[in-house]
Amino acid sequence: MTDTESQTPRTPSLEMRGVTKRYPGVLANDAIDLEVKPGEIHALLGENGAGKSTLMNILYGLAEPDEGEILMDGQPVTIHSPADAIARGISMVHQHFMLVPVLSVAENILLGDEPMANPIFLDRRAAHARIRELGTNFGFDVDPDAKVGSLSVGWQQRVEILKALYRNASILVLDEPTAVLTPQETREIFAVLRQLSSELGTSVIFISHKLYEVLDIADRITVIRRGKVVGERIPAETNEDELAQLMVGREVQLTANRGESKPTDVMLVADGVRVADDRGREVVHGVSFEVRAGEIFGIAGVAGNGQDELVEALTGLRKTMAGRVTLAGRDISAATPRDLHEQGVAFVPADRHRFGLILTMPITDNIVLTDYHVPPYSRGIVRNDDAIRARAQECVTEFDIRTPSVSVNAGTLSGGNQQKVVVARELDRDLKLLVLDQPTRGLDVGSIEFIHARTIESRNADTAVLLISAELDEVLELSDRIGVMYRGELVAVVDARGADKEDIGLLMATGGRISPEATKVMSAELEQVS
Amino acid sequence: MAENPVSRSRPTLIRRIGQLVIVPAAAVVGGFVVGGVIILISSLANGGLDFGLPFSAYGSLFQGAFGSLRGILFTIVSAAPLVLGGMAVGLGFKAGLFNIGAQGQFLMGALGAAAIGAYVAGAPGIVAIPAAIGAGALFGAAWGFIPGALKAWTGAHEVVTTIMLNFIAGALIGYLITGPLEAPGFSFSRTGPLGNAELPILFGTSIHLGVFIAFLLIPVVWWILWRSTLGFEIRTVGANPDAARYAGMHPAAITILTMSLCGLLAGLAGAGQILGISHFMNASYGSSIGFDSISVALLGRAHPVGIMLAALLFGALRAGSGLMQIQAGIPVEIIDVIQAMVLLFLAADVMLRRLLRVRGPSIEPDELATVSKTYGSGTI
Amino acid sequence: MDVVYAIPIIGVLFQFIGYVIEVTPGIAPIVVGLAAPIALGSLCGIMNERSGIVNIGIEGMMLSGAFAGFLAAGLFHQAFGGEGWGPLGITPALLVGLLAAVATAMVLSALHAWLSITVAADQIISGVIINVAALGLTGYLNRLLISPNPRLGAGTFSSFRLPQEISDFPVVGWVLEMFVEQGPIAMSVILLVVLLQILLFRSRWGLRTRAVGEHPRAADTVGINVIRLRYRNVIVGGIFAGLAGAYLTLEGTGSFQNNMTAGRGFIALAAVIFGRWTPIGAWGAALLFAFSGAFGQAVRIRPPGDAYPDLGTIMSAIPSQVYGALPYIVTIVILAGVVGRSLAPAAVGRPYQKEGKTA
Repeated sequence: MTDTESQTPRTPSLEMRGVTKRYPGVLANDAIDLEVKPGEIHALLGENGAGKSTLMNILYGLAEPDEGEILMDGQPVTIHSPADAIARGISMVHQHFMLVPVLSVAENILLGDEPMANPIFLDRRAAHARIRELGTNFGFDVDPDAKVGSLSVGWQQRVEILKALYRNASILVLDEPTAVLTPQETREIFAVLRQLSSELGTSVIFISHKLYEVLDIADRITVIRRGKVVGERIPAETNEDELAQLMVGREVQLTANRGESKPTDVMLVADGVRVADDRGREVVHGVSFEVRAGEIFGIAGVAGNGQDELVEALTGLRKTMAGRVTLAGRDISAATPRDLHEQGVAFVPADRHRFGLILTMPITDNIVLTDYHVPPYSRGIVRNDDAIRARAQECVTEFDIRTPSVSVNAGTLSGGNQQKVVVARELDRDLKLLVLDQPTRGLDVGSIEFIHARTIESRNADTAVLLISAELDEVLELSDRIGVMYRGELVAVVDARGADKEDIGLLMATGGRISPEATKVMSAELEQVS
Repeated sequence: MAENPVSRSRPTLIRRIGQLVIVPAAAVVGGFVVGGVIILISSLANGGLDFGLPFSAYGSLFQGAFGSLRGILFTIVSAAPLVLGGMAVGLGFKAGLFNIGAQGQFLMGALGAAAIGAYVAGAPGIVAIPAAIGAGALFGAAWGFIPGALKAWTGAHEVVTTIMLNFIAGALIGYLITGPLEAPGFSFSRTGPLGNAELPILFGTSIHLGVFIAFLLIPVVWWILWRSTLGFEIRTVGANPDAARYAGMHPAAITILTMSLCGLLAGLAGAGQILGISHFMNASYGSSIGFDSISVALLGRAHPVGIMLAALLFGALRAGSGLMQIQAGIPVEIIDVIQAMVLLFLAADVMLRRLLRVRGPSIEPDELATVSKTYGSGTI
Repeated sequence: MDVVYAIPIIGVLFQFIGYVIEVTPGIAPIVVGLAAPIALGSLCGIMNERSGIVNIGIEGMMLSGAFAGFLAAGLFHQAFGGEGWGPLGITPALLVGLLAAVATAMVLSALHAWLSITVAADQIISGVIINVAALGLTGYLNRLLISPNPRLGAGTFSSFRLPQEISDFPVVGWVLEMFVEQGPIAMSVILLVVLLQILLFRSRWGLRTRAVGEHPRAADTVGINVIRLRYRNVIVGGIFAGLAGAYLTLEGTGSFQNNMTAGRGFIALAAVIFGRWTPIGAWGAALLFAFSGAFGQAVRIRPPGDAYPDLGTIMSAIPSQVYGALPYIVTIVILAGVVGRSLAPAAVGRPYQKEGKTA
């Protein structure tokens, strides 16, 4: 540790001046000024689509600015590619990991900067040694030969950070790093970041839309809205409400008003459901729960614990290996998506580009995607284009979908409007059960508010609502009852009214295997280190 | 995140047709130009550069195709099987399938028509003709069914399986026509006389019933694709099989059905050639139609109307090439070269559009979209 | 009752295995020779697909290489003559032909690379275009240049001959014989296979290639030039396709026929898939396909005799065209049985776009 400390070059100051970037139809960055002092943790706060990632892509050489310049230690620098950025000591951990699943941890870390035994062949031993050294310094004990695809999300992120450390990064950019982490893992990462900043003098640029995290970790905060910088704050001098207002430009209701739920009959029952993944391994191990009409049951869990497969099984997209699922008493364990649709089940999928929409087809076709085969949209084999068009127009008006016409392809819409098309299609009828999987991922605040409001409306109209989300805040905000999924099992079901965020976060991270007392001790130790 | 504004809200019909047609048209012109250059270069082999050669060659070509009533009729007759073959490939594109097996499906259709046609030669025409045509359609559909089922059930990519089936079809025909289907009394191996199964000539000296059927199927296929629920399902599976499952469709079934339909269309083309033109099939029967169908489908952008225009163009090329070989001495294979150059320009349409500064809907979705994304996945 | 029917089938199966074992040493050299173009084609396929590019134009590249090699060698020989040198019968004309074949295939590969990478056209369509172009151009030029000169040709490379004592050695003898009694191109195949296998999994180039084929954006973000790597790999892949074409006209036969590749380029693709995108696996698959092609010859030369009575009756009932179609049938069977379980490099077939389209 001391060795590297004395050898680390001084971290330069970073300034981005007047950076402007235009994409077709969108001004992503509008004359942005950003200043990062050496060794500080600087947060870039803004809602989805504000332009934060674009700015950092420019810094990292993945995009070229139309105007503006980048200065390090006061000198202008040109960064045309990631290679340039890396050469200048800038490293980036992307929101969607840039890891190759079939390669090992070592291969991923040293890719691009490989230690060579000779001009052709890699020097694996040197690589392994260096990786182990880095790992122990920061408390990650990672097996260099493990295939990255087999690691959990939290560990994959550690590998990403090791990648940066391996290259002696003096400026580390993290894009929404906590999106996939539990509260405990978030605290661990924050401890690492503080360690980097204080011991190695690394500058950290932390992109996020999560207000309380930003207030926790940052030394300074720059708020970006619609491509422009709208304010710079120091955490001690501001609060969540002010930041939210800066971020969105108006007063934001930080929590939806859920109101009381009046649950009635049991609608959905899952009993001992077991599901296998694409490779045939069982990833859902006997999950049982029920959802009543008029209530929202939210399942919290870190991505990759079997939720996707469970949801696909419940909505007919995947076979259940064992167990029973009933809807209003009727067995739907083997029902097809069409059966379920006809019985009043609606599904808003997590991956809207994959399951929810056909991007190359117009909005009209997408609106009737699940109903195209029934009157009035078609009679037998003949389609009724007028009826389809009329319905699409109705949905666009009622759900406030921003589009020049209903004939444009769905792919031209923004993320929020695309999700609105999906929601319009699914919600605009009498429903027994509404299944929502990560419904607001990647959306701007306006769309998030809209979808949350419609969800609560559905619940109040006596629909049973099943919500799956990795955003613990969303689950806490909307759910009447909360379940936690860990490694394919439903490890707890609690009433939302008494739920404690910390406890639930702990369950998400450990499944109840580690006692709360032990975790508190570990947290305290981490606090001391940082 | 703001939406992309659309530049103009309602382009006139002329402009829209123009935008759709300009790239294939430019590709055709480019193909002819490059073909002309190659002709020019090959004139070196016969003494010096002859700058007039490309012009005289093309002159003969167009004269052969359009210069006389007989030529025009010949063009139409040559275009008919390309219409069917082009739709056989184009329909596949719509479903996200790359049907290079039109050749094999064509041959099997020809075989079916020749075999059953010979069998029912004595029956009255009203029975024999539908039977022979039906057999051609059925055999072709079967040859399309096989790769479709393989793709749906095992994930084997149709690009390779259809080509293998092309060769297997050739071998099968060689065996059958020199064996069980060999008609006695001829000096070479061939199928029997068709008698009443021959297609009547309905116009001029060469426009047979099959030609009418081919062109009549164009609006039929258009209607199926764009106005029917089946067509919607086919296009959805082609665009996004996962969303298709979510929508309650059955991508595997659609794949099999579509490939079978493709085979049926190509089989009809083969049946038309046998029943309407050659009236028998020999053991080494070959044709460029399967090959040309791919070019027709690509040039016609997998749309039935475009395919019709492209088929007429290629039909004209094939029809006129004979005269070109006689008058200008250019081997007929130059048509293949021109075809290839046209396709080349078509593939580079992105570059072309930049050159011609054509704005408007991106050509990228629909038929020329990445069919190759299904290559390694093995999933439907 | 069904068991009773199984007995004769099992009996025939055993006879079949025995027959195959008996016949293999005799046709082994033929098999290795036949496998050469398929194996080389699959090496081209691996270079492409491991980098993330689908290349179904291998057939066209082979055919063009075959033609160009033949033409160049023939013209050179016509102009300058030249005698064969050494045990492999190398002449300057043949070398010129070899170079021409490789160069032609590399040019076509560059075209495929440009269409697939820069223009970002659909990669399968690009491959189809190359096949159509190759078929058309070679057919046209064949008619124009070669048919009028029936005596054009530079002969072929000769096969190495082992001394009788070595090839008579019990087991090692025929194994050695099968690999060594080949012309230079076929002999080089096993070396190229091993070389590529080692480089792909142990060298820096191999690691970067595999990364680019699986997750090009990840490679881009660590500073690897995805575009340049893909261009280079695709063009180098052309070398193998060119060698495959050269084998056909300069080593296998001494002439050019229209469409003489007869689907080998596509069988090579199946070999790539069957071999799980590894050079050694693809080579094994190529041997299998070549064996199925040579099997027909074996049956003709050494029909199953009295030792295999039932087998004999079955085999004589099978028409000869089946043997000709056997490689194609085997290819389909293999693809149907294997593909579902193996995964191509994850990013194969998708053009790489540098600036991420905004979230």
